[in-house]
Amino acid sequence: MKILKTVIIMSNNIDLKKGLDIPIKGAAALKTRKTIVPDVVAMKPSDFKGFIPRLLVKEGDKVLAGSPVLADKKTPGILLTSPVSGVVTGIIRGDKRKLLEVLIKTDGKQEYARTGIPKAEELSAGQIKSSLLKSGLWPSLVQRPYGIIANPDIKPKAIFVSAFSTAPLAANMDYVLGDEFNNIQTGVNVLSKLTDGGIHMSLSGNNNLSTPFHKIENVITHVFNGKHPAGNVGIQISHISPIRKGETVWTVSMLMLAAIGKYFNTGRYDLSRKIAITGPRAINPSYVESFPGISMKDISEFYDNSANDIRFISGDVLSGTNIGSEGFSGFFDNQITLIKEGNETELLGWAKPFRTKIFSSSRTYFSWLAPNKKYDLDTNLHGGGRAFVMSDVYGKVLPMDLFPVYLIKACLAGDIDKMEEYGIYEVLPEDFALCEYVDPSKNNIQDIISKGIDLMLKEMA
Amino acid sequence: MNESNNIETKKPALFEKGGKLGFLHSTTDAFETFLRVPATVTVKGSHVRDGVDLKRIMIIVVLALVPAALFGMWNVGYQHNLAFGTDWGFWKEFWFGFLKVLPLYLVSYIVGLAIEFASSQIRNEEVNEGYLVTGMLIPLIVPVDVPLWMLAVAVAFAVIFGKEVFGGTGMNIWNPALLTRAVLFFSYPSKMSGSAIWLAMKSGEKMIDGATGATPLTFASEGLDAMNHAGVQYGMSFWNMFSGTIPGSVGETSVIAILIGAVILIWTGVASWKVMCSSVIGALFVGWLGDIFGVTDIPAYYQLVMGGFAFGTVFMATDPVTSAQTEWGKWIYGFFIGALCIVVRLFNPGYAEGMMLSILLMNTFAPLIDYLVISGSISRRAKKVKVA
Repeated sequence: MKILKTVIIMSNNIDLKKGLDIPIKGAAALKTRKTIVPDVVAMKPSDFKGFIPRLLVKEGDKVLAGSPVLADKKTPGILLTSPVSGVVTGIIRGDKRKLLEVLIKTDGKQEYARTGIPKAEELSAGQIKSSLLKSGLWPSLVQRPYGIIANPDIKPKAIFVSAFSTAPLAANMDYVLGDEFNNIQTGVNVLSKLTDGGIHMSLSGNNNLSTPFHKIENVITHVFNGKHPAGNVGIQISHISPIRKGETVWTVSMLMLAAIGKYFNTGRYDLSRKIAITGPRAINPSYVESFPGISMKDISEFYDNSANDIRFISGDVLSGTNIGSEGFSGFFDNQITLIKEGNETELLGWAKPFRTKIFSSSRTYFSWLAPNKKYDLDTNLHGGGRAFVMSDVYGKVLPMDLFPVYLIKACLAGDIDKMEEYGIYEVLPEDFALCEYVDPSKNNIQDIISKGIDLMLKEMA
Repeated sequence: MNESNNIETKKPALFEKGGKLGFLHSTTDAFETFLRVPATVTVKGSHVRDGVDLKRIMIIVVLALVPAALFGMWNVGYQHNLAFGTDWGFWKEFWFGFLKVLPLYLVSYIVGLAIEFASSQIRNEEVNEGYLVTGMLIPLIVPVDVPLWMLAVAVAFAVIFGKEVFGGTGMNIWNPALLTRAVLFFSYPSKMSGSAIWLAMKSGEKMIDGATGATPLTFASEGLDAMNHAGVQYGMSFWNMFSGTIPGSVGETSVIAILIGAVILIWTGVASWKVMCSSVIGALFVGWLGDIFGVTDIPAYYQLVMGGFAFGTVFMATDPVTSAQTEWGKWIYGFFIGALCIVVRLFNPGYAEGMMLSILLMNTFAPLIDYLVISGSISRRAKKVKVA
């Protein structure tokens, strides 16, 4: 058996030639500066695609960590539960009374809702599902196509996990989850009962023999070499077993896999996590120990509080969410990136032969002369929106067997048949983030793909 | 006065949308963004963006064209010297050519940009920088003596009906610069072919004995002997054709200057080396076939340095908008451009140069090539799944 596994590891080495690592300053040092007990945390239904929230609490209600707060209107049984114990202090709504945030003021005691400790080995698939649903951990299972919350009535073809991240300044997975090995193993054991196709875990070729995760059992291991987006689970799926029409697979992040395992080991809905505070505007970028949904005020010592030109991003610079200085971090994110708003003009910038502060992956500038330089990247668009002109820049950063510009144009045209043909089932907006980054025509490509996916969801429903 | 009143009473600036001269928004915006990279920040998706934009890409192409343009200017004066027996020296030759080519540039840019600005205004879009390249290309692919009004008419026709009606840069089917040349060629053939058009003449000048205004292609259609003869008599050896001291359209003669441009384009990744490479392969292949089947006795590699082949391959065929979009498609597209060009040269003695028509024809077929490449890829993927 052991020999067999070695053979599988060797035969699953996948080299990706396409991709791009954006050289941005502000990687987090591998140390945890402090533990933050947040004053208020926010639960944001928008973190979960396909979730239509129904409130289960009202202002003033007391909740424990793991108490249900929101339920899905569409699929009964899918719950979102509170990450902390405390009191519901605010229900924030936007246009058309859309529910944006549920604010919970913590009591600092972190009491957990009591559930019996389920014995992972003895549970049937049905019992595992109901445990996950009841605990509020179910929404961490993401279903592809479309990246929506997994449908509990479906048995997926397989479950995919990426054990590394290549996104700009992403949290170091080994550092963040290295001591969660047992929880991750339990998570794998539990989830493997929900599919016949097994759990596919992808490791980075940089450390596939040294990472703690190469010892995880009960998984089919794959090794990916290459630049970003090699760590994106969508890219990995397309190389391991592409999603075809009618097929369904699930993905889960390592972070949530550990949380699932912890739940089955201890009976606690414990989402405490190490969060990397990164980016060129972060002071002493490093890690904090806290929860999802923390306020940017809680990390105020990591940035210049008098500056009003900082963009607060929950997640990475490519696919993260702009949450603003008053905002709260996202459910799935264990990274916060602080960058400068690039709202300054530059005289004849596009014509200057040298612009040493600007990075370009193309050779039209001279960034290639300093391959190891890191840049203080800001949010300037560096140009204006145009029609698609260049044809080969997008494919160079998308290691998938499809034609990016044709898929993008099919999404723009809302042509369902063409979107299917060109591979809409295989992609999520995050996979196109680098296409958007390099686009000289400055189109909002992730938004285009996202709207295409929404159209598919509507038409296929 | 409270705050909301303040906002209501704040009038939009003169050129902003809603302002008094708001209809000129596109124009002022174009000048504004030309002068300064705007302060626009990302709103959706990726928070940071690459430094490159279309302005940068277009300026690189313009830069790559500079060697060919400068050489072309000098060559206009040099050819004048050869034909009329004057001896001016380098700087005077260059100055003579500069004064001849400058009006072509003025006409090309003024007419083209005026239409471009007006159409952007009508579409209410930002002005696209694509015409910077088109306007740079047009004077280089026409005979230096073309009447300016003809050029103006051709530019207007090509830009309006070849580009703007499709929706501007990025949407056009044919290369607008080549379309300009095609309009000139078919509308005013007497000014676009024959051997008298390639020289810049002052009125009353007469060519000296033993001089010709004909291009090497004219001799090539008569066979290798005629070519060799021309090589000796008129200074049209292989080396002359390679370095560019021969009559022809302004920028097309010097393969050396064009190669400098090609290196810039390929190194910066602005133009596709695949198109250039396959076009050369296609030309050599048909040239070689013509040689072994006795259609011509000109060696295939001669075809690469004559006429507009090199210029078309490097600067025209590689236009990212009108060429094939898929990587395999680029190989096919380029190959047929090179091959068709030489087919025209070998089988149509009446019209010696085939580059313009072969590129325009392949522009037309580029979407079909892409369609076939993509269909092939999709059915291949479908088969792969069935096996698995």
